[in-house]
Amino acid sequence: MAKGRVSIVVERCKACGFCVEFCPTHVLELSGAFNSKGYHPPHVVHPEKCSGCDLCGMYCPDFAIYGTKSAEVKSANAAKDTNAAGGEK
Amino acid sequence: MLNVIDDTVNPVEPFLRTDRMPHIWCPGCGIGTTVNSFSRALIDSKIDLDSLALVSGIGCAGRVAGYVRLDSFHTTHGRAIPFATGLKLANPKLNVVVYSGDGDLSAIGGNHLIHAARRNIDLKVICVNNLIYAMTGGQTAPTTPGHATTSTNPYGTFEPAFNLPHLVEAAGAVYVARWTTFHVRQLARSISEAFQKKGFSFIEVISPCPTLYQRRNKMGDGLDTMKYYKEKSKVKNGAPTSEVGLTLTGEIAVGKFVDRDRPDYQSMMRAQYVESLGDRYVEMADLEEPEMECVCG
Repeated sequence: MAKGRVSIVVERCKACGFCVEFCPTHVLELSGAFNSKGYHPPHVVHPEKCSGCDLCGMYCPDFAIYGTKSAEVKSANAAKDTNAAGGEK
Repeated sequence: MLNVIDDTVNPVEPFLRTDRMPHIWCPGCGIGTTVNSFSRALIDSKIDLDSLALVSGIGCAGRVAGYVRLDSFHTTHGRAIPFATGLKLANPKLNVVVYSGDGDLSAIGGNHLIHAARRNIDLKVICVNNLIYAMTGGQTAPTTPGHATTSTNPYGTFEPAFNLPHLVEAAGAVYVARWTTFHVRQLARSISEAFQKKGFSFIEVISPCPTLYQRRNKMGDGLDTMKYYKEKSKVKNGAPTSEVGLTLTGEIAVGKFVDRDRPDYQSMMRAQYVESLGDRYVEMADLEEPEMECVCG
């Protein structure tokens, strides 16, 4: 089960390749398909490896891609935070 | 309207005027990446967006003011800092950010830059440095390193370049940092830190210009430049700024160079007037919210 998921706004992409190069778990590749401006947007080749770190979203100069943590990871993190807060009291 | 895919939203989306997307920046340009880091810094520092004003000058990086969903000014060339100074003096509670390029801030606006640093006006200056005048066609800028080829120096630049961290430190800035567009998380943290400082903060971001600078100097595209930044940049926190000048292909010193405290312009003004005028000095009352009446519809 993947810890996160990548979402891509294909029409905003200008195919600079930053997300493909700097994804720490190598989830992405530039696809052969074109968007309406003639660029090759990235596509997900290893969805199971995504950690949802959103580094692709930090690098994307065109605001066209972002990562999100999956619901299970989010709830696990929230539980950890409440435990930590409880421990401090 | 937010651009929502499935049930998730890009974290930068609430800070953008999405009706103006896609933006005009070239493929591989790093300015959009700096906007990502800026938006993460706004989220992390939990700043009230109603108390924030963003001021830009002219140039590629000057377009940021038109793309962010914040109170923003797109001012005349080189005059971003004077506009921001006026905003800050008229309403001292505002957090004023100047977001502009190296040509705007250090060339035509160079005088304003050093004097704002000297006065220590409480501004956060983010300088996107692409080492060239990009929007006007790739002419030599004061930051262009030696031997670089530009449209006005086709046989190589020979002028010595400005070392911006050294310049603003000497002029009196309280916070000076430099990162590249490769260091997205470090840059976001640096911008958050600058929001905590009182005084003139200067953050230089080295950014690729694949269309003009990298192409003319045969340095590849935006991605090649990001790899070059990854390979050649070296974190040197606290390094003497006199030693962090940039060269064409050499090492890029990055990090937080200066973090010090000096009284800012408004506290110095208050201290001086209280000393010389005593009780006769009356501080400006808080600005009241203007009454807004909607006459539309």
